[in-house]
Formats: sequence, C-alpha cells, structure tokens
Amino acid sequence: MFSLLKGMWTLLKHTLRKRVTVQYPEEKPYVPPRWRGRIILARDPDGEERCVACYLCAAACPVDCISLQATQDETGRRYPEFFRINFSRCILCGFCEEACPTYAIQLTPDYEMCEYDRRNLVYEKEDLLISGPGKYPGYNFYRVAGVTVGGKDKGESENEEPPTDVRDLMP
Amino acid sequence: MIVATIHIDNKPYEVQEGDNLLSACLSLGFDIPYFCWHPALHSVGSCRLCAVKNFRNEEDTRGHIVMSCMTAVCDGMRISVKDPEVLEFRASVIEWLMLHHPHDCPVCDEGGECHLQDMTVMTGHNYRRTRMRKRTFRNQELGPFIYHEMNRCIQCYRCVRFYRKYAGGRDLDVSGIHNHLYYGRFEDGTLESEFSGNLVEICPTGVFTDKTLRKHFTRKWDLQTAPSVCVHCGAGCNTIPGERYGKLRRILNRYNHEVNGYFLCDRGRFGYEFVNSDRRIRRAHLRPGTSDRSAELEPSSKEAVVASLEGILANGKRPIGIGSPRASLEANFALRSLVGPDRFYTGMPESESALVSLVLETLTCGPAVSVSLREVELCDAVLVLGEDVPNTSPRLALSLRQSVRRRSLKIADKHCIPLWNDRAVRKVSQEAKSPLFLATVAATRLDDISAATFNGTPDEIARLGYAVAHELDPAAPPVEGSTSEEHVLAACIAGALKAAERPLVVSGTGCGSEAVIIAAAQVAAALHRVGKTAGLSLCVPECNTLGVGLIGGGHLEAAFKEVTSGAADTVVILENDLFRRADAKLVAEFFKAATHVIAIDHLFNQTASHADLLLPAATFAEADGTFINAEGRAQRSYRVFPATDEIRESWRWLYELMQAAGKTDLPLWTTPDDVCRSIAESIDALKPLGQVAPPADFRVAGLKIPRQPHRYSGRTAMTAQVSVHEPAPARDADSALAFSMEGFHGHPPNALLDRYWAPGWNSVQALNKFQSEVGGPLRGGDPGIRVLEPAPDREATYPESVPEAFSPRAGERLIVPLYHVFGSEELSAVSPGIAERSPGPYLGLSPDDAESIGVDEGRNVRLTVADVVLVLPVRLIPSLPQGVTGLSVGLGDLPYVQVPAWGVVTRAKAGD
Repeated sequence: MFSLLKGMWTLLKHTLRKRVTVQYPEEKPYVPPRWRGRIILARDPDGEERCVACYLCAAACPVDCISLQATQDETGRRYPEFFRINFSRCILCGFCEEACPTYAIQLTPDYEMCEYDRRNLVYEKEDLLISGPGKYPGYNFYRVAGVTVGGKDKGESENEEPPTDVRDLMP
Repeated sequence: MIVATIHIDNKPYEVQEGDNLLSACLSLGFDIPYFCWHPALHSVGSCRLCAVKNFRNEEDTRGHIVMSCMTAVCDGMRISVKDPEVLEFRASVIEWLMLHHPHDCPVCDEGGECHLQDMTVMTGHNYRRTRMRKRTFRNQELGPFIYHEMNRCIQCYRCVRFYRKYAGGRDLDVSGIHNHLYYGRFEDGTLESEFSGNLVEICPTGVFTDKTLRKHFTRKWDLQTAPSVCVHCGAGCNTIPGERYGKLRRILNRYNHEVNGYFLCDRGRFGYEFVNSDRRIRRAHLRPGTSDRSAELEPSSKEAVVASLEGILANGKRPIGIGSPRASLEANFALRSLVGPDRFYTGMPESESALVSLVLETLTCGPAVSVSLREVELCDAVLVLGEDVPNTSPRLALSLRQSVRRRSLKIADKHCIPLWNDRAVRKVSQEAKSPLFLATVAATRLDDISAATFNGTPDEIARLGYAVAHELDPAAPPVEGSTSEEHVLAACIAGALKAAERPLVVSGTGCGSEAVIIAAAQVAAALHRVGKTAGLSLCVPECNTLGVGLIGGGHLEAAFKEVTSGAADTVVILENDLFRRADAKLVAEFFKAATHVIAIDHLFNQTASHADLLLPAATFAEADGTFINAEGRAQRSYRVFPATDEIRESWRWLYELMQAAGKTDLPLWTTPDDVCRSIAESIDALKPLGQVAPPADFRVAGLKIPRQPHRYSGRTAMTAQVSVHEPAPARDADSALAFSMEGFHGHPPNALLDRYWAPGWNSVQALNKFQSEVGGPLRGGDPGIRVLEPAPDREATYPESVPEAFSPRAGERLIVPLYHVFGSEELSAVSPGIAERSPGPYLGLSPDDAESIGVDEGRNVRLTVADVVLVLPVRLIPSLPQGVTGLSVGLGDLPYVQVPAWGVVTRAKAGD
C-alpha cells in the first residue's frame, strides 16, 4: 500500500518537472564549434582551394578512408585532382585535421549525414569543398611556402628576400 | 682487414681499422646524422653534422668534438655519440642549415622520404627561432627528368660531387659565394649526363626531384613496390618500381653490391612510362575472316579467343614460335615447350644470333671470366673494343669511370691517405688516371677519361685487338700490314694491360662484328697466357639476350624460311616487333605466307597490327620473370601490381595455348617456380635457376612479404567511387610477396627486399640498415646467381686468320650502327621523357665525306643499303673515319637495316 502511494507521488512529482527530451529534429541541440562532425575542405582567403594534396591526412587516417591524387596547374600550384572521403568508414577522429599543414581539412559541427544507401556516403572533392576558410580565417599556405604559384613569384612570400643574384660577388 | 676495438659510450665494439668513424658507427647500427657523406662519394667534411666526442683515454672526461666522417678509426679509441655537448652541437648545425629552408614540405616531392626531414627529427630541432628573412633563388628548367627547386638547398655539395666527379658530367656546378651558393647549370637547359636521375636519390633534400613522378605524384608510403630488374639494356640493374592506382609511378634504385650499387642510368630510371602508355594492348584481339587480313583487329572476349586458338592449333600444321631477347626466361621457355625445341626461334636476326652465340661461347669457354659491374670498378687498366658503352650499356660506363680512379687511389694509399678521404685523395693524386683505351667506331662520351682513343671500322678495331694480343703473347697471330701508329698504340695498350694488376677487356655486340668479339677474347686469352687474370665484360643489347641465347634456337631468317617454304603455317610471336629486327620486305612476305599469326605483346606495334590473334602480355611491372644479364647473372624480377583487364603473363598465355593445342604430358605449371624447374631440368646451362629466388611458398614466421608499406593509405576509399564494398586484396600465389600492407615488415631475403625503411630513416639512406657494412654487400648476400662460369684451367687457343685491313670501295661506304642511350631501345623510347631526349633518325658523316658528297649538317641524303632506300638528315661526326657512315639504328620509325654493310650515300633529290 505504502509503496503504491510512493509510486504515485514520484509520478506526480515528475509531471511537474522540466522536460529533458529534446524534440529532435524540430529542436536542434547546441553543438560546440570544436565538435568533430562532417569533414569539409576549406578555401584560402583568396578563394582558392587550400588543399595542396600533401597526402598527410590520408596517412594519418586510422581507417584509411581518405584517398586523393595530387596534380598541379600550369603555374605550379599543387592541388588534388580528386579527393575522396568514404564517410561510411570515417570514425570522425579528427586526426586528418590535426595532420593538415594548411588548415584545408576541417571537421564541422554537422553530424546529420545518415543515408539509407552507403554509396551516398562517399564524398568527392566537389561535395567536400566549401566556399570559405572555415575555422581558420586568414591563413594561406602558398603565401608562406617558398614555391612559386600563380600570382606569386620567388621572393614574394612572407619573410623572404628577393631572389639572389648568384653572379654577385659582394659579401 | 685489421680489427680495431673502439669504445662507444664505454662499450667495446670491433670495427675495421682505418675505416672512417661515421661509416663504422653506422655499420654498427648507431644513428649518427650526416649530409655530405655518402658511401659511394666518401667524406669531405663539409656539413659538420656528424659530430661525435673523442676522448683521449679512460680518464679523459672532457673530450673534444670531432667530425666522425673525417676521423679514422684506430685501436683503443674512445668516443661518445650521445654526449649532451655533441647533441647540442648537431642541433645547432641543423638549425643553421634550416635557417633558409622554405616552408615547403607539404608540396615538396621529397617529403616523407627526405633525409633532411629525418636528420632534423633525429637531432630534435623543432622550431625556427630566428625571424630573419629567408634567402631565395630562381629555379632552372633542367629538362624532362629533373625538377629543380633551389630554395631547399642545404649546400652539402653532394650533387656536384656526384655529377662531376663520379659521373663525369660537365654541365652542373656550384656558383656564387657565402650563403648564395647555387647548384645548377650555367643557364637553363637539359642536364646532359645520362646519370642525372641519380641526383634525385643523391640530394638529401628536395632540390632535385623526379619530374616524371611529379606528373602523377605519390608519396613513398603510398607506393606499392616490388624488387625488379631493369629491362632497358643488358646490364641487369636492380630497381624498385612503385605503383599507385594501377599506374606505375617511378623507379628507384635497388642496391645490389655486385651489379648497380647505388646508381642507375636515366634510361632505366625514366623509361618506365611505357607501362602506362595508351599504346598498351589491354584486351585480346581477334581478326574476323582470316584469309587476307583486310579486316581490322577487334577486341574480343577471352573465351572466343581461346576457342579460336583451339581451332588454329588443332587444324594447322605444327606451329613455329618466335621468342624474344626482351621476354623473360619463363616466357621464352613456355613458347619453346609449346612448339618444341626444333621449331623455336630466338627472335634475333642471323647476324645478332651469331654474335650472341659467340659471346656465350667466349664466356663459357674461358679463360677470361666475365666480371660484374662492381668488379669493373676495381680494374686498373681497361681496353674497350668496338663498344660505345655510354650508349649501349650506360651503367657499365659509370663503372668504367670509377675504374680509372684506381691509380689515384693507389697514389693516395702510398701517401697513407685513407681512401675515404675524398678531397685529400683527389688532391694528392691530382686525379691521376689508370689507363682506359677506347677503340670505337666514333668518339664516345668516355673519351675525356681515356688514355688513348682509336676510331676505325669494326675490322680495324678487331685488328687492333689482335695486334695487342700479339704484343702480349708472341704466340698469337701477328697482324700484317698495320701502320706504325697502330703498332705503337698496340704496344702501348699491351704494356699497360701487362703492367696492371687487374686488366679488363670490354667489348660486345654493339658494332655488329664477330671479329671484334673474337679479338677481345684474344686479348683476354693472351693476358691469361702471360699469367694475368683478365676480366672480360661483353655488352649485349637486351635484358634477356643471354637468356634466350642459352635456351637456344634458330634465328629469325630461318623462321621466315620455314613459313615461306610452307613447312609451317602457324606462327606464335612472343614480345617481339619483327620489323625492328628484320628487313620490312622479308617480314611482310613472311606474314603473307603465314596462315595464322598469334602475337603476344605489351604495345600495339607493326607486328601486332599484322596478327590474326593478339594477346595482351604483362610488362615487367605486372609479371614475374627471370632475366640473365650480360655478366651471366640470373636475376628474378617480381611484379609490382596485379595486371588489369585481360593482361596476363606471357608464359600463362602460352600455357593456355598448350592446353588449347591439346598437348598431352603437359607439365603442371602454376607458378613461375614451376616453369623455372622445367627450364632447369631441360637446359643444362640453366641448372642453378631454382636457387635464383626464394620459392613461392617461402614465409618468414608464417608471413608473406608485403608490397605495400605499413602506412599505405586510402584502402577503404580508393575504389569507393566504384563500390563501397572494399574488394579483397589481390592474391599472389606466384611468389612470397603479397599485394597487401600486412605481413613481415623486417629484413626479408634480399631477393624479396622491396623497399628501404627503418625507424627514423624514411629516405633511401635507410639502405644503411640493410647492408652488412655501409657500402658493402647486403646483409645475407646480394640477390642473383651467376650461371655462366668458364671451365677452370682452360688453355687459350688462337684462331689462324686475322681480318683484312679496311680498304674503301669506290662509290660505296661502310655503314656502321650508332646508338643512343635515349631512343635506341624499343620500350623506353615510348616513354614521353625519353622520347623528348631522343634525337630523330639521322646519318652520321665525317665532315670530309659530307663535303665530298656536297651536303652539310641537317641536309637530307639518300642511303641505299642492299635494297633499302632511306632519306635521312646528315649529322656531322668529326670522329668518324673517312669512308665510314654511321646509321642511328633503332631511332624513331627508322626501318631495320642490317649493319655493318656497304651502302651508297648520295645527295637527296628534290622529290625525296
């Protein structure tokens, strides 16, 4: 008898409590910006692809779900010819982002990527590229690197002397 | 070897007395960082990185820092390789070297296999503390092979030391002063040396990188690799080809102490792209309606092809088989088994066949022993007879360049200078050279290091050889009617060879003359008679020329006769473009007479277009195979990646043909080992073939040897665009290697060693960890076995006749072959980089001859040899003897002409 009343009391108490169930998907939970969700490829501040196809993300990936091929344009700027992430294998560990020397590959707070067909989880470069620099505004790898690319000659990178005249004998 | 005991960090070790400390420590397994030192280039002490601490005695606690590469090991020495002061010293040296190093690693092709990265990590330098601006340089355009990025240079001097001092190049040097040192050419332009590709491996960082790799760039850890053997000449250099996404990406050197050591030639390194060519035959083709070959070849299913094969082989007369000196032993032997030994033809023209038999006879009868490329480097007097070595066997030319240094090393030794002290050796010896005599048709790229050169017709070269033999041993037949200059030269050569400790005679099939090879054998025999052990190195044109020679069979013309006479109507052609080896008219007649032509090859060529049935053959990158090089060394090459489409190993196609032909008593061949066993059983000379490599069921602790590195990436994404279900890795039942990243990652038997990597050593310098001593043989012995050994104590005999002196014919000229390292070889010439370096076909004339015909450089002339008429541009070659004309054989679409031969050269008419 007492236990019955105790149960009723608990039930009554809970009807007045604040609800914890979130009405997903109508209501979205807060996701911190550093959440490791869907992977994107960012662009540099000039709007060019940030990825330089160095293969470090692919090497860091513990499930080997990134594959790409490097190529370069006529000015010598290296970029990926194709860049593929198989999200049906991805474990969203973020090692690729950690390995990326150019802030190109970034994990975003988007986690809504369920599919009925696994094939739809294979993302190509066109699916991964976004229009902005993502979490790291300002950085442009090719402005720092020593190689020449379109619009930047030798000696025009940050912190560089103009090209040396090798026939100059001055000390 | 005198053993010295040294104490490294208070532990005693036994090392070789007099060796340099760096090499001794590396051999013992210590990780000492270094840049400028290289086992083949030795020490100059310019980078200051390999510092160690040397203590005077047990009581000395302070010690002093020395450069280990410049310090000789002596007994009782006490050193420390991890003294804090030494570590700090090295870290600061790296920091200085990195001051100007650009922020390039992600886009640098060397990244991931960079010695500079390894050494920086090894010394613990992490952050650039300075804020000063970085020095920059402009790059140079260095041709189709090498990409230049000068900003990355750390001024170690390795490139120029290799290029100029080791390989004899002249167009790469250092300019500028202080921190403006610039390594490059005087102006933009293609690097001339045919060894420029080695700069990729010599450069410890990314200044010189592989331009062909750059076009389809892949990191070292993503390349599937296998131990392979170069197929572009007879030298048999060991290589490591790398594959990714079904395409061959690059070739790296595979160290074999006895053969190529640390270096390859550019033809071997950059000739691989034919494997990726659009001209590859990828499917079986069948010609509908076989009577007149008017219909085009059509791609067909494998089943339909096999069905039609059954028809052909069952109904036709017995087929004949034409083998190939560029196909493996397995493939050639499978063809021989299909058609029977009496109906197997080697695929070499009659003239070449005779030369190869002569080479084999010379090497097996003795008394001279064929020498490996390493032994060539130890020879202190060399006579080259007739062979343009830099063009026909480039890696041998590099070894010859080292052989002339014997004198320098002897002088240094006399002054008690250790031979690894490179700068001092060169200074004290003033680069004195041991004698190298070159008797060739025209000037060669070795002329700059020769003691004397002689340019003449093949017969004159042979006469010189005979004269040398006579000078050495008066019992040899004398040469009548030679000029006094020839006599003096012969006496001089004989004197030098006699005075040498290890004389060497180099010759080969290059000038197409049997007399020259006999003369070379004569010189070696005469040296033997006077008590010298002479080495003999005979160049052959292709990767398996000696192999197919040992299998034996008729020559090409005999095969033609068999078909045109009606004795056979079906012919199986294995990896052979007959139009490159016989007169086009003869070949056309042959094809007309043959009812059924079955061709097996890699690339669509003229022969393939005449076939009724075309089968796609795997190249060296997709098939296991055994090859015998010019030294007589049998070496196994493993496939790098599984063949795609309908491509299969030639021997597998031929085995299928055997089954289709309804052959009874068929041997059971499931792996190349089975084929090798059959070869060993039926051919006496190839008995040792079973021991060439570990068998297919070889395992280390139950594990196969993986072709993929342990950090191979992208397994679950590389085929995801086709299917998200990852396919199982291809199985390899043929060898102990696996198409996988799983397996034994340690040091496998050297025949199976497919990459160099050790913890902390990602670059090619990791090789140190696989050698028994640095720069010495691989731990466990070098791969490959010699199958050609002369019978011991064989007495030399001399032939009676000596070739006649050259007498020019009125109105006619002697046409001799001229070779090009880039272009003369069939397969490599298909690779874009090699094709860019290859000249077009031309006719070489001496300036006097050109004047007498009334033409000058670049003008067309008409050449008539037998009934072939060719119109070719003239190239003036001042070294060609008068009355002798050089034909650039094998270049471009030049049809086959049998040379040497007499021909007529006239000015081209307007209509030509």
